Amino acid sequence: MTTVAESFPLPERRGTAGRLSDFFWRHPHVLLAILLGPPLIWLGIVYLGSLFALLLQSFFSIDDFSGLINYEFTLATYRQLLSEANLDIIIRTVAMAALVTLASAVIVFPIAYYAARYARGKGKALFYLAVMLPLWSSYLVKVYAWKLILAKEGILTWFLAKLNLLWLLDAWLALPIVGGSSLSISYTGTFIVFVYVWMPFMILPIQAALERVPANLIEASSDLGGTPAQTFRHVIFPLALPGIVAGSIFTFSLTLGDYIIPQIIGSSRLFIGQAVYAQQGTAGNVPLAAAFTVVPIVIMGAYLWMAKRMGAFDAL
Amino acid sequence: MRSEKPNHAPLGLKIATAAGLAFMHLPILLIFLYAFTTEEKSYQFPPPGLTAQWFAVAWSRPDVWAALTLSLKVASIATATALVLGTLCAAAVSQTRFFGREAISLLVILPIALPGIITGIALRSAFSIAEIPFSFWTIVLGHATFCIVVVYNNAVARFRRISGSLIEASMDLGADGFQTFRYVILPNIGTALLAGGMLAFALSFDEVIVTTFTAGQQSTLPIWMLEELIRPRQRPVTNVVAMIVVIVTFLPILGAYYLTRDGDKVAGAGK
Amino acid sequence: MTAVLFDNVSRHFGAVRAVDRVKLSIAEGEFFAMLGPSGSGKTTCLRLMAGFEQPTSGHIEIFGETAEGVPPYRRSVNTVFQDYALFPHLSILDNVAYGLMVRGIGREERRKAAEDALAMVKLPGYGERRPGQLSGGQRQRVALARALVNKPKVLLLDEPLGALDLKLREQMQEELKSLQQSLGITFVFVTHDQGEALSMADRLAVFNEGRIQQLGTPEEVYNRPKTRFVADFVGSANVLPVDLCRRLGLKASFASLRPEAVAIAPASNGALSLSGTVASRSFLGATNRIVVNVDGARIAVASPAANAVPAIGSPVTLSFAATDLHPMEDA
Repeated sequence: MTTVAESFPLPERRGTAGRLSDFFWRHPHVLLAILLGPPLIWLGIVYLGSLFALLLQSFFSIDDFSGLINYEFTLATYRQLLSEANLDIIIRTVAMAALVTLASAVIVFPIAYYAARYARGKGKALFYLAVMLPLWSSYLVKVYAWKLILAKEGILTWFLAKLNLLWLLDAWLALPIVGGSSLSISYTGTFIVFVYVWMPFMILPIQAALERVPANLIEASSDLGGTPAQTFRHVIFPLALPGIVAGSIFTFSLTLGDYIIPQIIGSSRLFIGQAVYAQQGTAGNVPLAAAFTVVPIVIMGAYLWMAKRMGAFDAL
Repeated sequence: MRSEKPNHAPLGLKIATAAGLAFMHLPILLIFLYAFTTEEKSYQFPPPGLTAQWFAVAWSRPDVWAALTLSLKVASIATATALVLGTLCAAAVSQTRFFGREAISLLVILPIALPGIITGIALRSAFSIAEIPFSFWTIVLGHATFCIVVVYNNAVARFRRISGSLIEASMDLGADGFQTFRYVILPNIGTALLAGGMLAFALSFDEVIVTTFTAGQQSTLPIWMLEELIRPRQRPVTNVVAMIVVIVTFLPILGAYYLTRDGDKVAGAGK
Repeated sequence: MTAVLFDNVSRHFGAVRAVDRVKLSIAEGEFFAMLGPSGSGKTTCLRLMAGFEQPTSGHIEIFGETAEGVPPYRRSVNTVFQDYALFPHLSILDNVAYGLMVRGIGREERRKAAEDALAMVKLPGYGERRPGQLSGGQRQRVALARALVNKPKVLLLDEPLGALDLKLREQMQEELKSLQQSLGITFVFVTHDQGEALSMADRLAVFNEGRIQQLGTPEEVYNRPKTRFVADFVGSANVLPVDLCRRLGLKASFASLRPEAVAIAPASNGALSLSGTVASRSFLGATNRIVVNVDGARIAVASPAANAVPAIGSPVTLSFAATDLHPMEDA
């Protein structure tokens, strides 16, 4: 190398861009405000504003004669919400959401466990796609597919007939509560479709939690004489629990608010979502609809609080 | 760290996994079969015969085309909006420290964490209070709101991977803020944004719950399908449309997966 | 001319005083090292020079110009980052040419300059590769070329050799030193390795807890540590406590004494002496390290390997010249 060459000239103040860049560098808060401004206006004002306006309406009531909203603060709408018929709807929905979440966890756990512990390399990527595609594929198409399956002339009936098991289906449909005149208009049908549609949301959080269980812990357990069942019960399951809870947040919340599945596949009994839809639409009782939406918000708030205490958010 | 993975899964686990995966995939495959059935009045299985004629029928249906066009337009504009807002938000949250960062993350996730019906009815009642008539733009507004999170999640994950010293290195070498954005940040987050955009597109293209509250009289493709589900008019056309919807949503998801497969763990794991 | 001037510079992060009232001046063309343990403030000082941090109080000048409020991209200062910070999406050539590109220098000119710079760091023809295809040592050279191609007035190096293995590190030390001498650019070098700082720097500053403990040539710092911290950190000198200092007739409370300056022998004319018992001994190749217990104080002696080694527990007399005993400023 030769002697010290003259330094390259430092960048000039390149017009407006240069001056603006200097300004942002000296005033990072201005830059932050510009970055955050648009999304905050959109989400903080438009979206949250709408939510609060809705919640506010639940403290108004509907005038029985004119059918117009009476803009005076009252708890009358909440009294109406707690009437027996409406409580029925709430209990039915929560029970369904709980059952769906439980069933989803049972079906999904082996998949997540396999993906976390045994799949590797290309197989792992394939597994990931095999979970992602059903997760992201069209909601309505999934519901539609089950309409095809559960129809009287559909594949399920055909399949059971081939196996000479139609009597089993008939016996099931004859049961109270879970039965009905056909699967597509019974709670059983609603339940199956709910599980099918919302189950994939649980896999990835559980898989992530399981992948964080160190293999040597499992080896240590079997080394200490634990049977596979004991290892599962005392080591794997407790460590995977936050992931299961994290995954269940989605499944539970989505089931709680769904109004399309029970409308298309199910009995005529309402779920919360349908009640909200009916109240704000045909019944024109927006305050009651708003009060109904408070129910899933409160339930999810409690659920999230509990999940946070269990450390489930670290698993997300 | 994880030691050698065991080679052989217990048989019971294999069966349970295979059964679970079959349960997840077979119903979707069924859609492809039904698109070719010759039976028009019922959902008869097995199909009495196979034909491709329904594709031609669906092709010549103006209502299907109108719904498809509307859905594509809404998804494009909602995605573009979400890309801008989600990227801005991700940049602010990951590149700076400020009070209330956690609250921002929560705010972004809220529109998909709360059941869709709540977002839908809240927007609908806000439109009615503000006396905004339903239009193309009310649909876009709803969709953009829940698409932001998808872009945001992807962008934040990638921002986290850009080591802080890359940006410092760029400035150290004489690049001002705009040059650093153009030559260093954008090339490094580009694929993540593309992936986020694709997922947002898929999400918007398929959305029905919020849309029923913000669409008024217009039909997006999912709304069209929902009406067919409640009051079936021409089942074979619905079958064909269902298949098209499956394909149109699969492509961006595969694309997003391909773009983010090495590195950021989750392209859309947080739908 | 003064290349870098720190006048009472402080940088606080909340209650943490990362840099506390630092005064230093680095001459043009100097190879200056900032030495200290992690968290001692040396890296923050470097970042203050680069412009990534702003001083909470005090004044910084770079070549006579005020540096406060000047963004990093308007300083003729370049940095070699600890993790190299090569742009993963650019080829090696584009990495090296980056600074010239953003200055608006033409494609051909910057290509040529970048190729020259790569040749200078002994990586000719590597331009088409990606950072991911290079070894750690090669990436380090690229980072060096990327900084030097801009012909900065000051080159900042943040622990640049930390990630390299020993052999490579020694080789790079020599190369950096000769590069600095041939280019004549002021180098400011941050390290926690005292050997590196002593062997490479023209002058060094020893940092602890945000402050400069001592500033001087390697010889000064090594032979006459000003504080106990420096004596301990820079070269494991013996620190004689108060009572021994008194006994030897010193005014200061503490004094330093290099192990090499002590002999195990009766005091000859004019030399000072202390007596104690051998506490431990270990063979270090060229020397034996013998630790002697003198009334509770442990004094290490570097005794040439040829000399006889006294048995552990045996009484010995230590002798040393009075000029080797250096009074220290504080505890």
